Amino acid sequence: MQAFSVVTPLLGGVLIGLAASGLLLYNGRIAGISGIAAGLLPPWDRETRWRLAFFSGLLTGGVILSFAYPVAFSLPPRSLPVLAVAGLLVGLGTRIGNGCTSGHGVCGLARRSMRSAVATATFMTTAAITVYLIDRVSPALR
Amino acid sequence: MILVSAFLFGMLFALGLGIGGMTQPARIIGFLNVTGNWDPTLAFVMGGAVATTFVLFPLILKRRAPILDERFAMPERNYVDAPLIGGAALFGVGWGLSGYCPGPALVSLVTGASPVLVFVAFMAIGLAIANRYVRV
Repeated sequence: MQAFSVVTPLLGGVLIGLAASGLLLYNGRIAGISGIAAGLLPPWDRETRWRLAFFSGLLTGGVILSFAYPVAFSLPPRSLPVLAVAGLLVGLGTRIGNGCTSGHGVCGLARRSMRSAVATATFMTTAAITVYLIDRVSPALR
Repeated sequence: MILVSAFLFGMLFALGLGIGGMTQPARIIGFLNVTGNWDPTLAFVMGGAVATTFVLFPLILKRRAPILDERFAMPERNYVDAPLIGGAALFGVGWGLSGYCPGPALVSLVTGASPVLVFVAFMAIGLAIANRYVRV
């Protein structure tokens, strides 16, 4: 195990949880990022506006981080072709499976949703297997 | 007000991702590397997030309506089916390959770096394809 700090991860996690809870309390919506991102693509409907506002907030938060806490950002240790395939899989998979880490993980588990519990267990498992395979079997994929 | 609120919670969400370390793909890969040199940091991010929502969501959902709207818009399906498992499995492979899930990737757009732009462009293509050809 590597040396690690507990405080900033825990604080970050609580902020994520408060943001998701706030969106539910005020807007009555689930903070599922893949669903929000998909809703920004056509066809547009009545839900598009708040999704665009949330997305603008995400980018604004990113800008604040890049000035106030620039160490928050690092780039993936992977080649561009691998990232292209990964992006495609994340887009397809989150849409077909109706959610990602935020919608199924952070929000779905809190709603005691069986669907989200199964989805979360599934993507955590295939993600760990993928990392294992790249780490042990095919370092060339990096 | 609905839009202001969505904007502010989006901003808070991004700050949480950044402070927690979710916008550092190498850390995500380190967290997923359970059989190797495991980095447990992100367990605290996800633990902190889920612990918070796990307590607050039931309290919030006791209300008849959210503060700024007439009703809660909740997912209606509660059964497990093949698209759920297949989609989640595909997503996990993409997450493990890159270290990015959708939220951190979108927040990282502000770096303007080509790895992020390529990932998000292809993620958008994947979402668009699934939007068009898959019933969700």
